[in-house]
Amino acid sequence: MTKLRPDLQIIADNIAPGSRVLDIGCGDGALMAALRDEKGCDARGLEIEPSNVASAVAKGLSVVQGDADTDLAAYPDGSFDYAILSQTLQTTHRPDVMLEQLLRIGQQAFVSFPNFAHWRVRSSLMFGGRMPVTRLIPQSWYDTPNIHHVTIDDFRALVQDGKYVQEGQWFLSGDKQTGRGMANLLAEHAVFLLRG
Amino acid sequence: MSEDERYGLNRQVRLLGPLPLDSGAALAPVEYAYETYGTLNADASNAILICHALTGDQYVASKHPLTGKDGWWVRMVGPGKPIDTDRHFVICANVIGSCLGSSGPATINPATDEPWGMDFPVLTIADMVRAQAMLLDHLGIERLHAVVGGSMGGMQSISWAALYPERVKSAVIIASAARHSAQNIAFHEVGRQAIMADPRWRGGAYYADDDPPSSGLAVARMAAHITYLSEAGLTEKFGRRLQDREAKTFGFDADFQVESYLRHQGISFVDRFDANSYLYITRAMDYFDLAEAHGGVLAHAFKGSKTRFCLISFDSDWLYPTSESRTMVHALNAAGAEVSFMELSSPFGHDSFLLENPEMNRIVDGFLKAGEGR
Repeated sequence: MTKLRPDLQIIADNIAPGSRVLDIGCGDGALMAALRDEKGCDARGLEIEPSNVASAVAKGLSVVQGDADTDLAAYPDGSFDYAILSQTLQTTHRPDVMLEQLLRIGQQAFVSFPNFAHWRVRSSLMFGGRMPVTRLIPQSWYDTPNIHHVTIDDFRALVQDGKYVQEGQWFLSGDKQTGRGMANLLAEHAVFLLRG
Repeated sequence: MSEDERYGLNRQVRLLGPLPLDSGAALAPVEYAYETYGTLNADASNAILICHALTGDQYVASKHPLTGKDGWWVRMVGPGKPIDTDRHFVICANVIGSCLGSSGPATINPATDEPWGMDFPVLTIADMVRAQAMLLDHLGIERLHAVVGGSMGGMQSISWAALYPERVKSAVIIASAARHSAQNIAFHEVGRQAIMADPRWRGGAYYADDDPPSSGLAVARMAAHITYLSEAGLTEKFGRRLQDREAKTFGFDADFQVESYLRHQGISFVDRFDANSYLYITRAMDYFDLAEAHGGVLAHAFKGSKTRFCLISFDSDWLYPTSESRTMVHALNAAGAEVSFMELSSPFGHDSFLLENPEMNRIVDGFLKAGEGR
């Protein structure tokens, strides 16, 4: 069993055994495989990158090649216990609509994203005067898939605007969990659990 | 098992029927020519049914008796292949309506002792599947480990899952659709008209004189063959290159390589295929619309389905484009079915599924193996 990415491990640890799970942007299916093998979950995936889909299907996972921005509409209301969107929100065309979709399809939704307000990003912009390139945001501004950079406070505001219930929050700094205090400044990465 | 007459290469069986057909008619007896590969295990749980395409046949992994060519899917089926004859018991039967030994317009109508010709009942894809179910009953197979098909075979594969959900554990549907589009019907109509316009067709009663409408069938094949390829594929293979000549002849001989190639495709096809079968099978495909029987809602065809689905499309296939596969995927998602889907990249159009494609093999292999643990 290969080690999961830290944000995925948090999600895996907090999913009830035997759940029905839709992993949107599931990559090569590492989280899905862990949920299936360790928690007996019925996991389905959506992934845009062909080679990732092939790897996931070859692992025996049910993964559909598609675009989260357009293909979620086909999934019925409340058809999953959890919808998962890990490190993908900031790449979607309309993150607000995406949240609506997640909580339409899933009873609950896990969302993880890199925090654009982390101090390293802030200082890079402040002192470098150029769009930050960091460990979690490794591409240049012109070729990054991240078209909607978001901070933890931005996300909290969006949750409030959408009248969603926040049922969990976890923060990561350098692969280690950190506290909630000043998370918007100190966390590189955030994981939220929401309910519609 | 090898003692069992029902299993092996070049099998032939006459099932009494009658097989009730969608048209209201019935077919009896139902003749079947088929092949099996590998060994059926003790609990008959390792059977894979392969459904062939329009002009395909039962020789999926053995030499074709008329052309002497290798089986049409040896890249996918055989020892150590994704459909592994060391592990699986593979069945491939000539579809009813065809002409390689199964009931069709060229076989004998028991009422007249003459070939059926156009008195053969018009079939649907569902009829073909129900007939295959009769064959599986005969072979002692209650539940398939998988049903696999490309193109028209994919239509049968998805119909299997809709008609007999409890008999299909996994379904693989490659380069296919849940309904025939207007464009596909249109191309088929061109082919049928070419056959029926051949004076030798004579209302389909040409068997006695052994003088079939070869010209019409060859033209039908030429037109259809274009739809199996792609513009990019044709350009890569032939471009505007001339055939065995330095300059244009200013005549109507096959100046271009692509013309020569198509003529060859047409001519060689008539040696192995019956014109009336071509009419009947294209008609069955045109009538295919899986949603129709479910109030127009495709998802209803898969309500509560426990079958696992794997769909594959090819980006250069304009006959059964990716959008058709996506329609099926969305319906399966809506029904809550377990589905995997992938669009593969290949320049060879619809025919891609018959050609070497390591990614396709990897996906089918992984999908089938994952189903074996359950």
